[in-house]
Amino acid sequence: MSKEKFDYFINGEKGKYEVIIGLEVHAQVLSNSKLFSGSSTKFGAHPNNQVSLIDSAFPGMLPVINEECIKQAIKTGLGLNAKINNYSVFDRKNYFYADLPQGYQISQYKNPIVGEGKVLLDMPYGSKEIGIERLHLEQDAGKSIHDMDPSNTYVDLNRSGIALMEIVSKPDLRSPDEVNAYIKKLRTIMRYLGTCDGNMQEGSLRADVNVSVRKTDDKKLGTRCEIKNVNSIKFMQMAIEYEANRQVGLLEEGKKISQETRLFDTKKNETRSMRSKEDAHDYRYFPDPDLLPLKLEQQLIEDLKKSLPELPDNKKERFIKDYGLNSYEANVLVSEKEISNYYEEVAKLSDKKLAATWMMGDLFAMLNEKGLNISKSPISAKNFAELIQSIKSGEISGRIAKEVFEIMVESGDNPKKIIDSKDMKQQSDPKELEKMIKDILTKNKDKVDQYKAGKEKLFGFFVGQVMKSSGGKANPQLTNEILKKLLKG
Amino acid sequence: MSLDKEKIKHVAKLARISVDEAKVDSLTKDLNSIFKFIEQLNELNTDKVEPLTSILNQSLRPRKDQISDGKIREKILKNSPKKNEEFFVVPKVVE
Repeated sequence: MSKEKFDYFINGEKGKYEVIIGLEVHAQVLSNSKLFSGSSTKFGAHPNNQVSLIDSAFPGMLPVINEECIKQAIKTGLGLNAKINNYSVFDRKNYFYADLPQGYQISQYKNPIVGEGKVLLDMPYGSKEIGIERLHLEQDAGKSIHDMDPSNTYVDLNRSGIALMEIVSKPDLRSPDEVNAYIKKLRTIMRYLGTCDGNMQEGSLRADVNVSVRKTDDKKLGTRCEIKNVNSIKFMQMAIEYEANRQVGLLEEGKKISQETRLFDTKKNETRSMRSKEDAHDYRYFPDPDLLPLKLEQQLIEDLKKSLPELPDNKKERFIKDYGLNSYEANVLVSEKEISNYYEEVAKLSDKKLAATWMMGDLFAMLNEKGLNISKSPISAKNFAELIQSIKSGEISGRIAKEVFEIMVESGDNPKKIIDSKDMKQQSDPKELEKMIKDILTKNKDKVDQYKAGKEKLFGFFVGQVMKSSGGKANPQLTNEILKKLLKG
Repeated sequence: MSLDKEKIKHVAKLARISVDEAKVDSLTKDLNSIFKFIEQLNELNTDKVEPLTSILNQSLRPRKDQISDGKIREKILKNSPKKNEEFFVVPKVVE
């Protein structure tokens, strides 16, 4: 397979620039209750109904850490091939904002729970490793609602205090496509682990995007700008595209880039400076006096390591090895745990390669069209496997299989039943087929003569006649063979 | 380390404390003398001493992941200077 070359640069008059991107991904931890309080984390509740006195920062309240959140962070760290720190500390990050009742966010600064790791991306130009700088636990803030009142902002603290994992990448990403692949890979890993649902619509996964540019022959990194809180992959890509070009524009004019926090305006498709964040990096971190250091027993880490499911990278390798899939197919089929489970169930009962082709073709197209998740597929894995086997054994043709497939979608019926009741079996008996074809040739004597005289295009006409008279059930390969044989003679 | 007037104003702003212009001079003087006192500690060699974040030699005690709180909206909103039935209401903060 020939590999494409990486090609994401911005050409200016003064040179060629590369774009350097680092991401701070905020992933909401899957847990029943919040990081430091017993309030529910469920999405979509009535405003301020899932708020305790701790989440709303009443005086004298003390935070108590949720053991599940610690485990989820460790598991995620292990899934990112990262070092788990046996000793970590919670700090206060101080800033004022209406949706932050404490006046500080409890986060981890100098001693995060997870250290350096790495994530592998499959790009068209080969696999690429993205370094992970760290992962730390922190509290989410509340939600400000600006569009319910012209002169006021409404604050809902349901989200306040929910555990987040901030996953900080190294500045290893070089294009919007790589950012897309990276976010998707993180999401896949966390979904496999069950540590974050990765639902970007509900805000379970958001990112701050750091962008800088430099001439391709420069060694030193340029000044970066941070684009805050982008909540979809598409917007991240648009924001990067805009921001990188803005920075190149400044450099080309001989201007300097000032390090600042910017926001991405999705309506105008531009980034602009956030004046409120001018002092944003002056957080005056200090260890939270309400919380002792977090010391992890090595045994806990080892136990969690043993409990990890098979992760996408390993599963992909196994699919290639055991099922004979190519890298692309394996990638698609491991992209979600549910998809890989479905595939394995089908592959166990039918032809592995054909199953992959049909899944990625007709099945995915149907699910896509209906807006369904594979776990809600109208066709069960068992029935799908039977369909694949019917094709493989030659019982039905690929064309008829598509009809059976449609009926299966509508009725949820088993393919055998559909094939039998509608008499859709392929005609694969050579003797019967030959008899039918002879009939057709006799009836079309004139066309046979023309064919023999050199008008070979007529072959298609004969195939068409056979299909017509068999109701589309004649085995196409067999039909071709017999036709060729008889027309020669 | 010593603080100048600008730094004092900056820290006050970050902490949302309003400082009277007339008081900045005396505040600077006071704070600097406090810093001087603290700086004496730097005379000690602490190269081989781990920073102490807690005087208790214990780890955090975790709790089980159970829902045991919430559903007290009225209580939560009670002290808010401005509110409606469901939300805290604050001056418009939007960029």
